[in-house]
Amino acid sequence: MALSQSDIDIEIKDQQDAYDKAVAGGAPVLHHPRRDYAPYRSSLLRHPKQPLVAVSGGDPETVELSGPVFGVTDITEHDSDLTIHHRGEPIGERMTVSGRLLDRDGRPVRGQLVEIWQANAAGRYAHLREQHPAPLDPNFTGVGRTLTDDQGRYSFTTIKPGPYPWGNHTNAWRPAHIHFSVFGTAFTQRLVTQMYFPSDPLFRYDPILRSVTDTAARERLVATYDHDLSKPEFSMGYAWDIVLDGPSATWIEEGR
Amino acid sequence: MAERPLPTPSHTIGPFYGHALPFPDGARIAPQGHPDAISLHGHVYDGAGNPVPDALLDFWQAAPDGSLTGAPGSMRRDPSTGGFLGRNGVDFTGYGRVPTDADGHYALHTLPPGNAGLPYISVCVFARGLTHHLFTRAYLADGPDPLLDSLPDERRATLVATEGANGMKGAKGAYRFDIRLQGEGETVFLEFQ
Repeated sequence: MALSQSDIDIEIKDQQDAYDKAVAGGAPVLHHPRRDYAPYRSSLLRHPKQPLVAVSGGDPETVELSGPVFGVTDITEHDSDLTIHHRGEPIGERMTVSGRLLDRDGRPVRGQLVEIWQANAAGRYAHLREQHPAPLDPNFTGVGRTLTDDQGRYSFTTIKPGPYPWGNHTNAWRPAHIHFSVFGTAFTQRLVTQMYFPSDPLFRYDPILRSVTDTAARERLVATYDHDLSKPEFSMGYAWDIVLDGPSATWIEEGR
Repeated sequence: MAERPLPTPSHTIGPFYGHALPFPDGARIAPQGHPDAISLHGHVYDGAGNPVPDALLDFWQAAPDGSLTGAPGSMRRDPSTGGFLGRNGVDFTGYGRVPTDADGHYALHTLPPGNAGLPYISVCVFARGLTHHLFTRAYLADGPDPLLDSLPDERRATLVATEGANGMKGAKGAYRFDIRLQGEGETVFLEFQ
């Protein structure tokens, strides 16, 4: 029998209470989601049960302390504007999403690839296996790429995605979000994440968002409406900075 | 110095990345027809032993000369049409990206890594249900190695690709490397400190 939202709500609350109690008792803050977060059913058979094996980052020959390089041959100047990839205008609320890509020391990560993908304004992905009966937008695919500039800044012009249902439990709806894939200067800084929009009423019901049990960490996934980023007669502005984790010993060529 | 910013949490890649992240030639790091090209292939399995059809694998490795600097051009584009041109067939970028197929299978075509010590290809696993990506290594040879030597034998074996296995008997330069996310034969996953 399919689980109801209230079944999932109870599990989410139990996990949240257990985490909050652990932190109050001195346990470390978890900036990343739990790998075995039961309310998100797909995690059950897909999380390793053995502990991760530590690799010391002290050896500069460790391959993962360097990372892939992307340049002007990998993207075109139109890739960051998702609204101009087809003949007509996509439907929905046009917006500019911009922010900085930083490392844990607050240094800009320059010239690195930022990729996004998302549903359209009706909450449907341009993906063959996506069967949500919302309309496809012939003028919107929902894929963008850019390279960060010298200040680590990225910027996309796109359409605000809609929320959509999914099969985790009865009446599961995902809050609107944009998927981000980013690289740092080291392969160990690789990150895939999702950006959310402020004040979404679905936040509390969503086991994917709630898998980040630390409340402050969860709030870092929510963009800020930024009126200065809004463009007159054109788009609403959202600001969202991304901070890459990575080993403290990450080896970086200064200025790269 | 300013206060250290806190990291952005990881999130699952979800099932619907397929129209966005895979790119033509993502699996072909080796220039076409290169005489030294090798293949690394295998399946990704979940804890029930079922193939994972919606995993995405990132590969990163040293160049054959040992260089770790990489090169742009993995997803080379045509600036006039915006289409994919693919790799230029000359530069070795060190980076590959492969989605698993409906049977949970992937295949990567590359050149032998020339890193110091045992040659290995670094793998980053994403999938629906993985709230945080997983790092592992596909070693192309067995021998003395600080990481491998720290593991019990049966776990060590999960990081060493087998040459010529699975219907490619005797096929030089074909390596089998399966990834098991959970359960019996669970792959060793790494945490960099």
